[in-house]
Amino acid sequence: MTERGRGEVIVEWLVESLIRLCGISAIIFVFGIFFFVFREGAGVLFKGFDFREFFFSAEWYPTSQSHVRYGVLALMAGTASVTALAMAIAIPFGIGAAIFISEFCGPKLKETLKIVIELLAAIPSVVWGFIGLTVLNPLIIQLFHAPIGLNVLNGGIVLALMSVPIIVSIGEDALKAVPDSYREAAVALGVTRWQLVWRVVVPAAKNGLLAAVLLGVARGVGETMAVLMATGHAITMPSSLLDSVRTLTATIAAELGEAPVHSEHYQVLFVLGILLFVITFAINLTADLIIRGVRKP
Amino acid sequence: MNVSIHSVGRSEMERRRPRRFPARASTAGTAAFLGVALLVAGCGRGSKPDQAQKQVVQNAGSDTIVNVAQAWAEAYAAVEPVVSVEVSGGGSGTGIAALINGTVDIANASRQMESNELARAVQNTGQQPRGFTVGYDALAIYVHKNNPLEEISLEQLALMFGEGGPTTKWSQLGVSVPGCDSDEIILISRQNNSGTYHYFREHVLQKKDFKLGTKDMHGSKDVVELIAKTPCAIGYSGMGYATPAVKMLRVSKTTGAQAIAPGIAATLDGSYPIARPLFMYTLGEPAGQVKKYLDWILSEAGQKIVADSGYVPLPERGPATR
Repeated sequence: MTERGRGEVIVEWLVESLIRLCGISAIIFVFGIFFFVFREGAGVLFKGFDFREFFFSAEWYPTSQSHVRYGVLALMAGTASVTALAMAIAIPFGIGAAIFISEFCGPKLKETLKIVIELLAAIPSVVWGFIGLTVLNPLIIQLFHAPIGLNVLNGGIVLALMSVPIIVSIGEDALKAVPDSYREAAVALGVTRWQLVWRVVVPAAKNGLLAAVLLGVARGVGETMAVLMATGHAITMPSSLLDSVRTLTATIAAELGEAPVHSEHYQVLFVLGILLFVITFAINLTADLIIRGVRKP
Repeated sequence: MNVSIHSVGRSEMERRRPRRFPARASTAGTAAFLGVALLVAGCGRGSKPDQAQKQVVQNAGSDTIVNVAQAWAEAYAAVEPVVSVEVSGGGSGTGIAALINGTVDIANASRQMESNELARAVQNTGQQPRGFTVGYDALAIYVHKNNPLEEISLEQLALMFGEGGPTTKWSQLGVSVPGCDSDEIILISRQNNSGTYHYFREHVLQKKDFKLGTKDMHGSKDVVELIAKTPCAIGYSGMGYATPAVKMLRVSKTTGAQAIAPGIAATLDGSYPIARPLFMYTLGEPAGQVKKYLDWILSEAGQKIVADSGYVPLPERGPATR
């Protein structure tokens, strides 16, 4: 057995502790954030908060001088509708692009496409909001004869364009991770390229593809600036794609600045934060369980 | 000396070790040195002599006032080069909140501070906020330039914008807007940190709430820009934000009374029903550079900039203070 010098042992212990700290810090930060948000918002939750009105009323009037009401139904509907539309657009395009890049295109085109898609991911969200406000707005009014161009459709398209790079990058990694032996075996059996992709590669990569989709959804739910500018920021229960809506994230961004610290309005905005946290956590947990369930058989 | 395999192995490692550690130590050392050097340089810049010469006045708040506040700051830089006035928007509510927290020197507001805000300021900072009227603004009602409507009354506005108001279609007002196929009235409003929003709610809606479904814009300019693109829209914003793509309506107090167009004369003589004073608040009596800046704003030079920016300057008889 080699004898180690004391210096080496100490350095080893130090580095191990540092790395362990880094690993645990991720958990600490998540719990820290949840604790902070909960502490700021908890005051109002335990003082006779009207949960029924909160969850089932669409009337959000936090600064009313006559009748203060905190109803988030319209806000949740806004978040849900914009994210759902964004996913309906982004998933086919994203997964399709990932499959194309991974399975069907030549190496030069692959490099070019990957670079362009990374560029798309690098565009700041406020620029996307601006594009929705100035470019898509008149386009939607013209094409769909909508009364106003800032609506669910506008927000959905902008969010989809923001989520596609994430879905493509992670989806392409997932498809690349499928061992070549699968492909070789299938080709040996005489399948066409499409059969190879649809019957062999995609089912083998479905965990990774699901993770890609869920990260795209998480981006959609958490996006603030782009939806603030592109959806019209109107409190409505959307009945069509051409209705303006308001999301939870945009509400927090717009109102937290002037809500007096520790007032009821301030605390309710943090309750919205808790709600967002819970929604994202639920999505991630469902994803994890599905992936685990899918893995077993 | 006990020569064994282990001691041989160890001495080999000892021979190899000096080569690795110095290289690692030197990269680590260089990185640490660069990091410390950058930190020190950053600190050094802050304590350089010319920082002490430049005094900063923080000015934040109303989005209605932000254009003229920026014009004042730029002009004042020529008058008093040692003072740098930093202007930001965010809405009257945000400016007042910052004043209460003590993070700005001057808060711009297009509405008066409410009693609970004054109380909180005293509680937090120990000083009573002092308000100065620095100009007036006519709140204009904007529609798309192709909209045939020419005038509107405060009552009609309340029935349109207020909660439970029955007016939802342009045909109810007797007009048909070209380009608006659905005949729907699209209400463009402001977010609730805006002093303009508060003013409209208090003076037009009589403290009742807005209808759900108004498109709440971030700034005064955004309201006008959206109306310019949306034929069905109607909204309110400061008179100074007018562009050729929108039309300002004449406003009457009651339906059937004479409708007045927004303008400087109509604001000063009180005939335009929705004109409001623009305020700047400080904590306690202003002193030093802040006082000089406020005096300059209230002087002829400052008021000329108010007029040039599209707002209404204080009348000749002297500034009104609150």
